[in-house]
Amino acid sequence: MTVPDNMWPLLAGAFGETLQMVIVSVSVAALAGIPLGVLLCVTARGGVAEQLPFNRIAGALVNATRSTPFIILMVAIIPFTRLIVHTSIGTVAAIVPLSVAAIPFLARLVEAGLREVPGSLIEAARAMGASPVQIAFYVLLPEARPAIVAAVTVTFVSSIGYSAMAGAIGGGGLGDLAIRYGYERFEPAVMLVTVAVLIALVQIVQTLGDRLARRLSHR
Amino acid sequence: MPMIELLGVGKTYTQGSTTSMALHDVTLEVGAGEIFGVIGRSGAGKSTLVRCINRLVTPTTGSVRVDGIDLAALSEHELRRERRRIGMIFQQFNLLSSRTVYANVALPLELAGATRREIEDAVTPLLEFVGLTDLRDRYPAQISGGQAQRVVIARALVTRPKVLLSDEATSALDPQTTAAILALLRETNRAFGVTIVLITHEMRAVQAVCDRVAVLEAGRVVEIATPIDLARAPQSATARAFFGETAPLVLP
Repeated sequence: MTVPDNMWPLLAGAFGETLQMVIVSVSVAALAGIPLGVLLCVTARGGVAEQLPFNRIAGALVNATRSTPFIILMVAIIPFTRLIVHTSIGTVAAIVPLSVAAIPFLARLVEAGLREVPGSLIEAARAMGASPVQIAFYVLLPEARPAIVAAVTVTFVSSIGYSAMAGAIGGGGLGDLAIRYGYERFEPAVMLVTVAVLIALVQIVQTLGDRLARRLSHR
Repeated sequence: MPMIELLGVGKTYTQGSTTSMALHDVTLEVGAGEIFGVIGRSGAGKSTLVRCINRLVTPTTGSVRVDGIDLAALSEHELRRERRRIGMIFQQFNLLSSRTVYANVALPLELAGATRREIEDAVTPLLEFVGLTDLRDRYPAQISGGQAQRVVIARALVTRPKVLLSDEATSALDPQTTAAILALLRETNRAFGVTIVLITHEMRAVQAVCDRVAVLEAGRVVEIATPIDLARAPQSATARAFFGETAPLVLP
C-alpha cells in the first residue's frame, strides 16, 4: 500500500486549499463572531446594556444557523454566496458558508467566555463610572481574553472538520481528496495520508492555541 | 452641610409575586471628613444601603444627596461622572486579573480619559502611600489579600474622591491584616480628608476607626451612636449581641 507518485502534488494542493478555506473563514468569524458574542452577552437579561428584543432576535438567528447541518447550509445559501463572491463553486465559494457557520459558533463560545467574568467586577467598574461600552472594552474583553483565544482555537478545529464537506460544491481540500481518491478510487494510502495530515494539523493548532491562552491568563 | 444625606430611603426588591424589603425609611447624615460605620448582621441591608449612596442600587423611596447633589436628578452621563468622586472598596477586592497592580490603580483614570502623564503622576504617589511601590508590575494572583486590599484602596483614591465607600473591606482578611487595613483607612481619612462610610459586621472594625456608627436591623436603622456610647449603653438587641461577641461572658 503506497501513495502513487502523482498523488503528492495533489495532496499538497489539497492541503493548501484546506488551509486557505479554514484560515480565511476563521478570520472572518473572529472579525464578526467576537463582536456578536459581546453583543449577545451585554444585551442579555441582566447584562450591562440589556436589550431583550435584540437579544432574542440575534439569539434565534444564531440558533437557526447552528442547527442547520453544514452540508445543507452550504447548498441552501448559494444565492448569498453568489452575491458575495460571484460564484457558487470552488474553494473561494466554500469560504462563504464556512464563515457563515463559524460566526455563530464562535459567537456562542465567546458569549459563554464573557459570562464567566464575575458580576462583582462589572459592578466595581460601574462604581468607577464606567459606561456599558467601557465595561465591554476595559473589563469583559480583557478578562475573557484567554477564553476568547480558546474559543477561536475550537472554531479553527471545527472549521477544519466542516471544510471536509467543501467538496460538495467543488471546494477541494483534504477531505474532498480523501473521498475522491481514497474512497471512490480505492486508494487507501491516500486516505491514510490525508487523515494523518488532518490529525497533525489539528494537534498543531490546538497546541498553539492552548499555549497562547495560557500565556494570556494571569489568574 | 453634611457630605451624605439619606432621607427616608427605602428599597424593595420584587421577584415575581414576592417582595422583600431590604431597607425601610433610612434617614441619616454623614458629616464631611467623618468615618461613619454601618454595622449589622448578614442580610440586614448594609450592602444595599451603601449602594444607594453611589446609586448602584436605585432606592424605591426617599432621596440621597452626596455633597449637596441629588443623584436621582442626574442623567446617566452625569451620574457616571459623579461616581468618580465616590470611591468604593470591596470584600472580594474586584481587581482585574488581566491587569498589573499599576494598571489596576490606573483604571478609573483611563475610564475618565486621563492622559498617560496624568495617570503616572497620580498612580505613583498613591502606590507609595499604600506601600506597594515594589509590587507595581505584579498581577493580582501574585499578591496577598492584604496587599490586594491596598491596591483596591489606591484604585478608589486615584480619582481624588470626596467619599470612600467600604463594603466589608476587611471581612476576608486575618486579624493582623484587618488592623493594618483599618489603620490605612484612618490614614487615608486624615491625609485626603475623605469621608468614609464603612460597612461591616465586625464590632472591632467599628471600634478601631469609626467616629459614629449606625446599627442596622432588618433594613431599619435602630441606633446611631459613637462607638463608646454603643459599648457603654447599647440600646438595640443587635448592638448588644455584637458586644456579647467581642466580650464573652463565659470564659473558655
